[in-house]
Amino acid sequence: MSGEIIAIISIFLVTLILAWPLGKYISKVFRGERTLTDFMSPLERFIFRFSGINPNEPMSWKQFLKAMLTVNALWLFYAMGLLIYQDRFPLNPDGNAAQTPDLAFNTAISFLVNCNLQHYSGESGLTYFTQLFVITFLQFVSAATGIACLIGLFNGFRERTTNNLGNFWNYLVLSVTRILLPLSIVVAVILVFNGTPSSFAGKDTITTLQGDTVQVSRGPAAGMIAIKQLGTNGGGWFGVNSAHPLENPNYLTNAVETISILLIPIALIFSLGFYLQRRKLAVMIFGVMSVLFILFTAINTWYETKGNPAIDRLGIAQLQGSMEGKEVRIGAAATALWSVATTSTSNGSVNGMHDSLTPISGGVVILDMMINALYGGVGVGLLNFFIFIVIAVFLSGLMVGRTPEFMGHKVEAREVKIAALITLLSAFLIKGFTALAAYMVAHHPEIAWSVKPGAWLNNPSFHGFSEMLYEFTSSNANNGSGFEGLADNNIFWNVTTGIVLILGRYLPIIGPIAIVGLLANKKFIPESPGTLRTDSITFGVMTLAVIIIVTALSYLPALALGPLAEYFSLY
Amino acid sequence: MKKYLGISFKLSLALLILCSLLFPLLIAAIGKAAPGGGDGETVKVNGKVVGYKNIGQQFSEDKYFQGRPSAVSYNAGGSGGSNKGASNPDYLQQVKDRIDTFLVHNPGVSHADIPADLVTASGSGLDPDISPASALVQVKRIAAIRHLPEEKLKSLVAENTEKHMLGFGPTTVNVLLLNIALDNLK
Repeated sequence: MSGEIIAIISIFLVTLILAWPLGKYISKVFRGERTLTDFMSPLERFIFRFSGINPNEPMSWKQFLKAMLTVNALWLFYAMGLLIYQDRFPLNPDGNAAQTPDLAFNTAISFLVNCNLQHYSGESGLTYFTQLFVITFLQFVSAATGIACLIGLFNGFRERTTNNLGNFWNYLVLSVTRILLPLSIVVAVILVFNGTPSSFAGKDTITTLQGDTVQVSRGPAAGMIAIKQLGTNGGGWFGVNSAHPLENPNYLTNAVETISILLIPIALIFSLGFYLQRRKLAVMIFGVMSVLFILFTAINTWYETKGNPAIDRLGIAQLQGSMEGKEVRIGAAATALWSVATTSTSNGSVNGMHDSLTPISGGVVILDMMINALYGGVGVGLLNFFIFIVIAVFLSGLMVGRTPEFMGHKVEAREVKIAALITLLSAFLIKGFTALAAYMVAHHPEIAWSVKPGAWLNNPSFHGFSEMLYEFTSSNANNGSGFEGLADNNIFWNVTTGIVLILGRYLPIIGPIAIVGLLANKKFIPESPGTLRTDSITFGVMTLAVIIIVTALSYLPALALGPLAEYFSLY
Repeated sequence: MKKYLGISFKLSLALLILCSLLFPLLIAAIGKAAPGGGDGETVKVNGKVVGYKNIGQQFSEDKYFQGRPSAVSYNAGGSGGSNKGASNPDYLQQVKDRIDTFLVHNPGVSHADIPADLVTASGSGLDPDISPASALVQVKRIAAIRHLPEEKLKSLVAENTEKHMLGFGPTTVNVLLLNIALDNLK
């Protein structure tokens, strides 16, 4: 068992070793400096000319957001249309049916917003055509949208006073051609040579050794799995995601996929340091995030490798830890690391079933998604963290009796109001909708819906409540993982999570961009001895305190009703 | 707005060709060189495909080593875990029943010898592996049915045991490959 602990620590360290140079590279790409991938520039010039884009055209924060929202709206209608009529398109060797309108609504939004909540199973709910032309496409462009918005935010702080956040289209294209696509090719090739299918062959039917006839789902999965991890998307080719032995064939692929989950989110923190030439600030941010990340991973590894006490009471040998919902080739420790990595980064892929995690680990992953800024989704993680920074700056300013400043700009009432609203919004969406769902289960279990509320939950009591809390937390965080026992493919869950998904994605992007736009317009105040330093350890501790206080105040009661209550009933 | 919409259409088309057409085709072409040619790696007995190396199978007969319980009965047309919570009383009863069934089929084995992976469902429902301990605990039963010496079976399990990541990862036994080797013992 101790070997597996060493293995997961190594996985994390390798990620950091790769993330530092990648962060430097990303910064160079967006500063327009020379890089190894300049051979892509003819392709980019062709795309710009074909699309009528002038990549050097400046954009104000309002134009930047307008461009982002326009193209996102187009993708929503495109995706939903294809999903509803997917049975009429080619590349459907398994003859899978069209999605119902409410499922298509949910699926389209979910992939558009980089969430990848899946209320279908990939083997039967999509065709190869929609897997590639809807799912894979959105996995690339939604991740690129996040990166582009983050670079816009960087630009707001790059100049002393500016109206220009850079060109959204340029950043979107570069994110795909310079970051996501090259890395995806590398990861996909590793997967293919370890047994992940990549051909267009349909389901196979075989007779097993003892004579049963079974089917085996396949398809061009390797490329999609690569971008699902790198783009913090998380939506799997197969129903059980990376627990599936074709999606994650061995311990090596498991390590590669874990690294892919964390790589770009961490690299983007470092690239902030390089891009703005504020490495100390980047290290402070990384440090605060890592304190909680490592703490959470340690807790989950402890509980998952220790096993389920109720199974211990049955008198059997639980030496590998809690194995319900886990795979033997991956093991409890690597599943624990993944569970924290995937919820920290808004990825949402899984290599074991979260519904079967022991209560504290289950609680930790929910909490991790409530914070949603420990590394965070590509681009948006830092945008979320920025909100915590604004609040920390404001509180620190109040404590020392000075007008708060960040990066040489005064932070005033308007910016703090936006930040506070964004923070409150998450708590409101998660708890409000969970309460609504719990009300339906408790008071209207027999309503004549296709799936009656009484039949939604796969587990009784506290754990059943956790299933609902998890679903809305995951939606709001644009995470996409689930306590998958929940019967979620029906109109209530498809529609309510769809609403939470949209609000949980765009408001936390619009808010920070607006704050930056407002700040960047203000007069620049040079640093003086009286300036509150935001790259100091003191400020790091302050930010950590803000994260803990805000999260505890918002969510502790909800967590007490679910995971904590289950813990006390079991131990 | 109109300008942005026009750009959006054309840019989306260009990116669709790049990400949804050229990228998967490139990976499929590279996959031709991989084991199994990108179709998934199959296992053959006497020239006939009996399964996929990475996909677990149901073994319900006592003469074979058995794999882990599966929520989808090892039909890889789909996939799924049990999604049972650790404290769910129905689930715990189910595990208890599995233990009792195992003890009936494996006389001479005690509770404390049964590894947890043998009585808990995997995440995918298609787990191809069990732990070496889970294979060894079945040796006595199979030796009696097949009239083979236990030592021979133990060494067969050892031959089919795989270490991962230089021994730092979990140790696994692929049940399908083990059972094929078992059938070949004479």
